[in-house]
Amino acid sequence: MSSEQPLLELRNISYSYPGHNTCLLENINFSINNERIGLIGPNGSGKTTLFQIIMGLLKASEGEVLLEGTAMKTETDFRKLRRKLGFLFQDSDDQLFSPTVLEDVAFGPLNLGANPDKAQKISIRTLEYLGLKGFEERITHKLSGGEKKLVALATILSMQPKLLLLDEPSNNLDPATRERLINILRGLDQAHIIISHDLDFLASTCSQLYTIQDKTLVSCKQKQVHSHEHIHPYGDQPHQHGT
Amino acid sequence: MLDEPFATGSTLFHKRDPRVKIIGAVAISLVLALSSSFLVAGTGCIVTGAMLALSNPAPRLVLKRIISVNIFTLFMWLTLPLTYGGEEILIFSFLNLSMDGIRVAALITLKTNGILFCFLALLATSTTADLGRGLEKLGMPEKLSFLLLFSYRQLFVIHQEYHRLQRAAKLRGFTPANSLHTYRTYSYLFGMTLVKSWNRAERIHQAMILRGFNGRLIPLNQPQPVKADYLFLVMMLLISLFLAGLSFFPL
Repeated sequence: MSSEQPLLELRNISYSYPGHNTCLLENINFSINNERIGLIGPNGSGKTTLFQIIMGLLKASEGEVLLEGTAMKTETDFRKLRRKLGFLFQDSDDQLFSPTVLEDVAFGPLNLGANPDKAQKISIRTLEYLGLKGFEERITHKLSGGEKKLVALATILSMQPKLLLLDEPSNNLDPATRERLINILRGLDQAHIIISHDLDFLASTCSQLYTIQDKTLVSCKQKQVHSHEHIHPYGDQPHQHGT
Repeated sequence: MLDEPFATGSTLFHKRDPRVKIIGAVAISLVLALSSSFLVAGTGCIVTGAMLALSNPAPRLVLKRIISVNIFTLFMWLTLPLTYGGEEILIFSFLNLSMDGIRVAALITLKTNGILFCFLALLATSTTADLGRGLEKLGMPEKLSFLLLFSYRQLFVIHQEYHRLQRAAKLRGFTPANSLHTYRTYSYLFGMTLVKSWNRAERIHQAMILRGFNGRLIPLNQPQPVKADYLFLVMMLLISLFLAGLSFFPL
């Protein structure tokens, strides 16, 4: 049965901040199974809010979130959903709270019922996979920004989710770490949705692009023909544009 | 400011199980705190001093701690000899120096420093996180140890937020002075620190919920106490008993 139903589906989701009359998101319909999706859009357009609605951190004003065909209504429902979906925060500092890296990575598996031995094994394996071997006893709040981002990713991957929601993962990463993250994401089996303003990053990690336009989620066309004016010299000569 | 400079090391004090150290620290400091004999306080000070020396701390840091604690005892020395009454050894026109007062002040000083040494040797050699878990295993309610661990973790966060704001103010040319502007700026800083820390705490809570947290912290494998730990515990209890026994000798 679950093979016929999409992993995650949003039906007619609308959201307005409490106390506001105008909607931030309106009538969003979307489903994902094992695609790799990029989500791009202006600041404040509701991308992060959409992620929070999916994870059950915010409650949609209207519509429903479905996991494998079942509507998520109560907190208990969303608890089940959170076992299958991993959410990487914009700010890794918000995500790491245990004293050591190993404890932080093992936090999820332990909560999911793994015994300490197994949780430790999973965590060490996840860290190794991300090239973070030897980081186990490091103090989380003393890591560098790039290391924090990768450890935060490890804390989510150790729960073995089926879908990753990544909120601006390439922000503030140096080119080498950014490249490393791209390779990691390309190598993962999971489906993912990535919020980013970094078009190159999305191009190398996603096969589809969505944006939020007029409060709703729309798929971007693969290629778009448009005319534009050049205000730089030699605009009439063939040339390449930076992204 | 919130480092744990004593917690790193590899002496026998650092290697011991936090549970054993907590019990030892409680046993010794309790005897010291309750004693009213110079023999107990003096011997205690020497024994715990020796323990501290064995834990091999950085002398400068120890001195700093000793000074900050003894600022408190200094006040005892300033007030007690003049106000305690009893046997008076020096009488000025309006100030009487009391021998009993000096005695009490000296006793308090010895006891305070003895307990300080004991805590530095036994408790400061573990990280706060380890102590929290040790306390939990000793039967402290889960909620309380949870509270301890998280207050400690949040302290860092609040401290960081405060520094970030302070830096921002400094970079825009803010120099504290005795002016309304300074007071207002500081109150903004404190207010913003509070608001930002609150928001951050909420996001951390969300992160925990997303990873399946339901109110119970499950510890990762913790080492069980080994033979050396039990031996250490017996030694600590013997020291405590020895000090308690000394109080039966009149001095």
